[in-house]
Amino acid sequence: MPTTFTLNGKPVTSDAPGNAMLLWVLRERLGMTGTRFGCGVGECGACTVHLDGDPVHACRLRLSRVAGREITTIEGLSKDRSHALQQAWIEEEVPQCGYCQSGQLMQAASLLAANPSPTREEIVSHMDGVLCRCGTYGRIIRAIERASAVNTAPAGRTR
Amino acid sequence: MNARTRLPSPEGHSSSGEAPRTPRGTCQSRRTFLRRAGGGLSFALVFGPAGLAARRTDSPDILDALVGADAPGSRPAEHPFGAWVRIATDGQVLIYNPAAEMGQGSMTALPVILAEEMDADWDRVRIEHSPVEPGVYGRSWGGGRGRGGSMMTAGSMAVRGYYMNLRLAGAQIRRVLLDNVAREWGVPPGELTTGPGVVVHAESGRRISYGEVAAFAEVPDELPEVSEADLKSPADFRLIGHSVPRRDVPAKTDGSAIFAMDVQVPDMLYGVIARAPVHEARPASFNEAEVRGKPGVVGTVTLDYGVGVVAETVEEAFAARDAMGIEWAGGARAEGFDSVAALGAYTGIADGESRGRPLSERGDVGAALEAAAARYEADYFNDYVYHAQMEPLGAVASVNAAGDGAEVWAGTQAPDMARAAVARELGVAVEQVTFHPCYLGGGLGRRTMADYIVEAVQLSRSVRRPVKLIWTREDDLRYGAFRPMSLQRLTAGVDSGGNLTAWTHTVVGDGRGLLASGISIGYYDIPNQRIEMRGASHGVRTKHWRAVGHGPNKFAIEAFIDDIARGEGIDPVELRRTLLGGSPRGVAVLDEVAEMAGWGAEPPSGRARGVAFVERSGTLAAGVAEISLDETSGRIRVHRFWCAADGGTIVQPRNARAQIEGGIVNGLSTALFERLTLRGGRVEQSNFHDYSILRMSDMPDIDVRFIPSTEPPMGMGEPGVPVAAGAVANAFAALTGRPLRHMPFTPERVLEALNG
Repeated sequence: MPTTFTLNGKPVTSDAPGNAMLLWVLRERLGMTGTRFGCGVGECGACTVHLDGDPVHACRLRLSRVAGREITTIEGLSKDRSHALQQAWIEEEVPQCGYCQSGQLMQAASLLAANPSPTREEIVSHMDGVLCRCGTYGRIIRAIERASAVNTAPAGRTR
Repeated sequence: MNARTRLPSPEGHSSSGEAPRTPRGTCQSRRTFLRRAGGGLSFALVFGPAGLAARRTDSPDILDALVGADAPGSRPAEHPFGAWVRIATDGQVLIYNPAAEMGQGSMTALPVILAEEMDADWDRVRIEHSPVEPGVYGRSWGGGRGRGGSMMTAGSMAVRGYYMNLRLAGAQIRRVLLDNVAREWGVPPGELTTGPGVVVHAESGRRISYGEVAAFAEVPDELPEVSEADLKSPADFRLIGHSVPRRDVPAKTDGSAIFAMDVQVPDMLYGVIARAPVHEARPASFNEAEVRGKPGVVGTVTLDYGVGVVAETVEEAFAARDAMGIEWAGGARAEGFDSVAALGAYTGIADGESRGRPLSERGDVGAALEAAAARYEADYFNDYVYHAQMEPLGAVASVNAAGDGAEVWAGTQAPDMARAAVARELGVAVEQVTFHPCYLGGGLGRRTMADYIVEAVQLSRSVRRPVKLIWTREDDLRYGAFRPMSLQRLTAGVDSGGNLTAWTHTVVGDGRGLLASGISIGYYDIPNQRIEMRGASHGVRTKHWRAVGHGPNKFAIEAFIDDIARGEGIDPVELRRTLLGGSPRGVAVLDEVAEMAGWGAEPPSGRARGVAFVERSGTLAAGVAEISLDETSGRIRVHRFWCAADGGTIVQPRNARAQIEGGIVNGLSTALFERLTLRGGRVEQSNFHDYSILRMSDMPDIDVRFIPSTEPPMGMGEPGVPVAAGAVANAFAALTGRPLRHMPFTPERVLEALNG
């Protein structure tokens, strides 16, 4: 039975089996390859997407579970890399190989949405489940702090 | 235009089971040119707008070039044979990057070097991956001027290996532009200068852009000779040393960067392989009829060490693999192998009378040990380590109907070798294989192998349709090729004056050259040395792992130096400074890190610092770790890490710092967490829950400084790795008085060291 859900603001229907993992449906059937396959068991966070605004592992989320709900992927974070985090990621030159960075950004976006001015400890605690092999963690922290400062700066004083 | 907009997006209610697979995501578009290089420095310069105009986009991103060129309806432009650079009449400069981009930034750093000497306007420079043509785009291993040959990106060799050739090539291009303008204007070439993208005649005040020159310029058959004397003075560099933003970064913030895993081609199927649980074991039988009858299955392939299945969808491929029920033939070399027992048995090999392969020998070690006033001895152990690059292996291959040619999309550190391996597999000439290099989701040495690319070709050949081969994380880990485990036995003799006069180092393990790298200590002035290797053979796959043997060897060497310093009551920095007496650069690096870390000042309460010094890829690096310890759990926490490095000219300082940081993170990860074991011949770990790598909460604050230098650049990708473990072990010893001699320093081993 086809499954209908909202993907990055648009309704989509997939006739993949209901027990198919959302990750592969997104990547191989819906052309949204920005969400990455890293471990398949919810241990690395490379596949992090938002389900009704909350970060989830697409590799462990069955298609049937997203029926009627809203999924946001990295492709939906902004149309033009204009999200404060994406800008901060570029300014801090965060990515190296880049493979984990979609997951890092989606995880970070869920943090700032709930907590616009996180402390360093809050950042680390929220981000700790998303692995990066290149060792970009320090830059990720700085980029989140930068985006947070931009978002919370009074109007007219943004950088 | 954003590259992402070219990808098919779900418009309205797209039905997915039969979702159209739009051709897209090709990592690289041009057809690879087939002729061989002529010889000499294989550089050609091609002017003119052809090809480029058709692909011009509003964004300078590489991704636009890579994806845009494959947009439906557009024909890939031909790549002129041997061209490194193309200057279009509108002023755009296209520079071909020959190196793999796996996060180390060579894709930007190499064009920066060429653009610097040709005085290109960087804002008008576009970068594309070069064709896989090692005769033209390869480099020599030494890094000097001369013929190319290898396109392998490994060993921190990209910037180092191409630096002088690219500078000279850039200078040649600039000379051609100047000569053409001189002829056109009737002025002596010596009166002309260049600025970013323009030729200037100061006397008459005339200026002309490179694009305008391209409209009339002629390129001589033989490019003008230039020498190092014609190159810019470092003081005049505008790009080298100035942290140009990496071109791959924007596409890595919106998901549009294309890794092999992301490639889709029309009519594509999905393949997975059930590989032997014991490396190299052969399949004896499997449920072939049942598997072939499963939904969506198109074919099965029996390989030397596994069985592959090809199906219409990812889900069907995985389901079919689950039903294989393979019986494995006995007789694999690794059968029954127990890595813990084998590592323990290495001490017996080290004890044995039979000498191993000598790696270096100096002076008379026997006599020096005999005469020594104090003698030191210690064994150090290292476990197997897995690459754990974040993108599991995989590739897309399309073998043609006749089976005599293929098109391949893959992220690889050695596209030339991979292309040749595919040709060998098909029994065809290399020209029959079109190769599209993709971004690499990490390499760490694993992607110098072509096994996963040849597998994709084997699956595609069996069904004569394009196949995307997917390795799961479990596949990637268990059929990995590991940094070999090893025993390092060190002995030293110190004379009555406190001088280190004798040094022996025996490494035991299965990995030959992988074990030898980093074992020599030419930078330490010890008059009598004997370094040797003793082999073992286990049948477990091993491979280069970032910094190779330097990780284990430098850990042992640097921890042992601190053992001696403690025994002799000498400050560890002071002892190293003495040993580095013949290396002013080494002393400068050591002094720099000591200053950065405030060496000598009391660390915060409950913390201690340790130092290490290494050489890797020509770069000298010293690191200081500041740690604390939870004595109840045995958990070490690294709070700070300072690193000073002399790597010659730093082409991209911000990126070079990122490389050193990343190396340190990998080094700390192996020092604290990473441990792979085999039992009954099988790898015991399977995924990140039981093979841990360093997380954000384990991340120290890292400070990196470079010693200013105008010497040629050395490697940046690897020196951070080996400097980490020794510094941590030495900090632990400073904190507790106990040595750590088995990497990784797991809580169990830490508690053992504390209580033992």
